[in-house]
Amino acid sequence: MATSAIAHPLPAVTGFAHTLRILGKETKYEFLKLMRTKSFSLSTIGFPVMFYLLFGIANRNATAGNIHIAKYMLGGYACFGLIGAALFGIGVGLAGELAAGWLELKRASPMPVPAYLFAKCASAVAFGLIIVSILTAIAVTFGGVSLTSTELIKMLGITIVGSISFASMGLLLALVIPANAATGIVNLIYLPMSFLSGLWMPLRFMPHWLQRVAPALPTYHLSQLMLRIFGYGDSMSLATHWNALIGFTLLMLGISWVVFHRKEQNA
Amino acid sequence: MPLNAIVYETEQIAAKASVSAPQHPIAALTNITKRYGTTVALNDLSLSLHPGEVVALLGPNGAGKSTAIKLLLGLIAPTSGTTRIFGSDPRKAVTRARVGAMLQVARVTETLRVSEHLDLFRSYYPHPLPVADILRIAQLQGIENRFFGQLSGGQKQRVLFALAICGNPDLIFLDEPTVGMDIEARRALWQQIRSLSAQGKTVLLTTHYLEEADALAHRIIVINKGRVISQGTPTEIKRSNGGRTIRCHTRLTKEFLQTLPGVSNVEWSDGAAVVTASEAETVVREMLLRDESLSDLEVAGPALEDAFLALTRNP
Repeated sequence: MATSAIAHPLPAVTGFAHTLRILGKETKYEFLKLMRTKSFSLSTIGFPVMFYLLFGIANRNATAGNIHIAKYMLGGYACFGLIGAALFGIGVGLAGELAAGWLELKRASPMPVPAYLFAKCASAVAFGLIIVSILTAIAVTFGGVSLTSTELIKMLGITIVGSISFASMGLLLALVIPANAATGIVNLIYLPMSFLSGLWMPLRFMPHWLQRVAPALPTYHLSQLMLRIFGYGDSMSLATHWNALIGFTLLMLGISWVVFHRKEQNA
Repeated sequence: MPLNAIVYETEQIAAKASVSAPQHPIAALTNITKRYGTTVALNDLSLSLHPGEVVALLGPNGAGKSTAIKLLLGLIAPTSGTTRIFGSDPRKAVTRARVGAMLQVARVTETLRVSEHLDLFRSYYPHPLPVADILRIAQLQGIENRFFGQLSGGQKQRVLFALAICGNPDLIFLDEPTVGMDIEARRALWQQIRSLSAQGKTVLLTTHYLEEADALAHRIIVINKGRVISQGTPTEIKRSNGGRTIRCHTRLTKEFLQTLPGVSNVEWSDGAAVVTASEAETVVREMLLRDESLSDLEVAGPALEDAFLALTRNP
């Protein structure tokens, strides 16, 4: 029995279960790909862990007022790590796939583009959670840091929020930066931004004129949301930080949308 | 349990099956103009594809082939004109479910295994082919667990081909499918393309290997500078360049040879006369009659290369 391929009725490709399945597989393979890319997984997980071991653990017994330094640094390096995972995983990863024509092949298939973007975002979140969990484990075991379960749950919650937020920045960077310059440019943005937001060293140890830059940076607002959990935040209201972070995310997504549409026209 | 007959390729090298008279087109670009700023990539171009045929799209670099394919795949929108695939918009997922594409990809995810790539792409389609069939058709048996980065160039191409057919599409786009393949792999892929056509599927391929277009295509479309400049079967395209060449040593003069019927060109090369004529037999018969000392006679069929170059030469 030879089936006439042409006479086949148009099948349903928009079923919810079908889309969910694609989403699941897309996320699974994106995560596997990132994990297997040693240059990514080792550095994204390794650097925050290394820095925390060097600087955080060394301060296990140091306090400044009622701030436990090792715990403060846990907040800072948790943000540093999750931001790096999002910017490099998506910023560099997507830029490469775009340049190589791989994304074009996927777009030519019935794959829904939102599934692809969701998978990248979910993988960034997964990596963020892994990094923060490892840092927390180190802090509690070797840093003498005490953490309540509420604090831990809130930390993981802020990790998810931060990963999504910086995933949107990674998306914009991937659309705008040429692929072979991606790693360099992401580093040039990520490292100074982290430093100036006080992720490595509390802001008050920096000159006043540099301190003023911080509130303009999304990384600062994320770190403040994280530090608030421990009661180590600054004097600005919680709402300000949330608005800044959400506004930043929407701005990144908005510009990405415009850039993507312009690219499509000129492809 | 009765075995369902599977209509796939046979082992012998099958000749191109003839296609029945053109039916309603399943894909069409109608009066497409595509501009990028001030550059006009496609200029009022129209082409259509019919069920079961293999169409080769030929043209020099920059002619607009990639732009035409991207329009058919719904990756870009035209400045004016319409694109129709199976009667609807190529950007819809339902349309894409019936289309497969093999594009030139500079780098495919290397840290995923062949089986994982297939698993992911198969999940996009509602009725994908069974994995075992895909592996057999694309000749990937035995290497399905290798990482993509560990494959040879030819194997990588076969994976891309597998991704193009994994959804059991009715319309397949192949962009330079055999680039970098050795002769054996190329012939094997040609076999697969012929079998796709035999199943009633439509194939549009672009290639720089004119031998490939000659061997596979039912129809060739030659485009240059965004326009279709010639269309027809390979034989018709070759004939359009003035026919066959007669080469011999003769004492007949150029003036006489030019008077013979159907002669379009006479020139001397290495002491031998080279006569281009549409009706080679008539000319040869006349030349043999007039010159008994004629020697080293060679009659060559028209070459696709020459026809292609003539068509795309700048006027």
